[in-house]
Amino acid sequence: MTESAAKQIRRVILEQSKRAHVGHIGSALSVADIIAALYGGVLRVSEPKDPERDRFVLAKGHAMLAVYAALFLKGWLSKEDLNTYCGDGTMLGVHPEYGLRGVDFASGSLGQGLSMAAGAALAARLQQSPRRAFALLSDAECNEGSVWEAVMFAAHQRLSNLIAIVDLNGQQALGYTEEVLSLSPMAARWRAFGWDVHEVDGHNVAALQTTLAGLDTAGGPPHVLIARTTFGKGVSYMEGQIKWHYWPMSDAEYRQAMQEVEALP
Amino acid sequence: MRKAFVETLTELAARDPRILLLTADLGYLALEPFAEAYPGRFFNVGVAEQNMVGLATGLAEAGFIPFVYSINPFAVLRPYEFIRNGPIQHRLPVRIVGVGGGLEYGTNGLSHYGLEDVAVMRVQPGITVIAPADAGQTRSAVAASWNLPGPVYYRIGKDDKAIVPGLEGRFELGKVQCLREGSDLLVIAMGGIATEAAAAVDELAARGVSCSLGIVAHVSPAPVDELAGLLARHPAALTVEAHYRVGGVGSLVAEVIAERGLRCQLVRCGVASLQNGITGSQRYLHDLYGLSAEKLVETALRTLSQTKP
Repeated sequence: MTESAAKQIRRVILEQSKRAHVGHIGSALSVADIIAALYGGVLRVSEPKDPERDRFVLAKGHAMLAVYAALFLKGWLSKEDLNTYCGDGTMLGVHPEYGLRGVDFASGSLGQGLSMAAGAALAARLQQSPRRAFALLSDAECNEGSVWEAVMFAAHQRLSNLIAIVDLNGQQALGYTEEVLSLSPMAARWRAFGWDVHEVDGHNVAALQTTLAGLDTAGGPPHVLIARTTFGKGVSYMEGQIKWHYWPMSDAEYRQAMQEVEALP
Repeated sequence: MRKAFVETLTELAARDPRILLLTADLGYLALEPFAEAYPGRFFNVGVAEQNMVGLATGLAEAGFIPFVYSINPFAVLRPYEFIRNGPIQHRLPVRIVGVGGGLEYGTNGLSHYGLEDVAVMRVQPGITVIAPADAGQTRSAVAASWNLPGPVYYRIGKDDKAIVPGLEGRFELGKVQCLREGSDLLVIAMGGIATEAAAAVDELAARGVSCSLGIVAHVSPAPVDELAGLLARHPAALTVEAHYRVGGVGSLVAEVIAERGLRCQLVRCGVASLQNGITGSQRYLHDLYGLSAEKLVETALRTLSQTKP
């Protein structure tokens, strides 16, 4: 059996974070399976510049390393380019920059991505195109009021071709979401705003793909997957730990993390 | 200017299906011509300016030319970071339309004034900043710029009646419109306050002061060479704008004078700071902040008395 895309994404996240000696590792690991699901057959993108491709916005831009890994696995990013991550003169910064092949929208400032995705979905409707727009948000990103502006608009316009995924890992930069600014009940909030809500295991790639494949994107309300995740998933000492939002790995931590990820299916 | 803008946009929309109009629930008795002609291309997104700009970014990426409309500070300041990270960073043809630059919303107070819009837009590279002086110039400015590849900011007044004599609706990208030629004083005006500047220049002429008048409607990228040429020919210059004195056309002219090493005495007429809580009609406020024709004449005469040998 070939190893899973999610495992390969996690390996790249660890390798590149270590090489560049940067943080945001836990956030990227949190979405590794969601990214594997999206780039493993959900997003309809024949070529990154195809105007009729599905659009994808990584609204939680600080997890971009997981997407760089996926772009690398798709063959849209060379190993050479991947190895420039966070270096001088790179186009692969911590957050996605517009202009890099495979990046539809730049991000980095939380609370802006869903609006752009809603615009992309509205554009597809106006152009009578079947393409869809996806946005991956962090749970703490929903602290931003602008997220709810977009949530209201999408529901009002019944943008059925808009799919949001909320990475519900319960953590934010300085603490746990329930302690910083409670978001509970997350699913009920989106439902109350008129969205089609699906609560899913954010680490089950097959289940994510099944749920996404079953959405009616030709009519009805917009869709959101409330994806329950574990921050730092796959590396035991990072899981659920606030410090791994920003912390880079030591040599010993890197060795242990790689051993654990290599042991994954 | 607002009526001229909407009429022009509605005409352009007939020619180009990429044009969309989004409003954050403002524009009563203004946007109807477009909304009625193109209901499928008009979106009232509700009172949500940040989302409006984010939507426009997504729409423009797919090939549309979305115009987003609100009262000046709501169009510029509330969603400013969305404008920066959206159309500016992505170099997309989103058009930001801020209605009522300066003190035009009079008794509505500070919340509705546009006093720093040009400053904050002008610092961003890659966005064209246009501030027409009257309705006629609004028509030609929109007609000349709606199809530019990158983002555009329009500072549009509400007043469609006031006319700058001699301007006759002229606008050219990258150009200053020179309406009077003189030698004692150069008056440079931006936006609807140009009508007051023009009246002041005529009054000064009647008093024997030889004035030039330049209208800067394309503020950024700035017509630097043309401004430098004008400034070099005059011993003194007065900039006139319904905007804070810092950051607008007065600052632009100061930059040109300093960077080109010109010998020209500059006086920036604008709002230094608001008097807390004081509102009134636009006319009253222009006078209060030294921007009425009468006050501009006084300032010009005082400046000339100090600069002449």
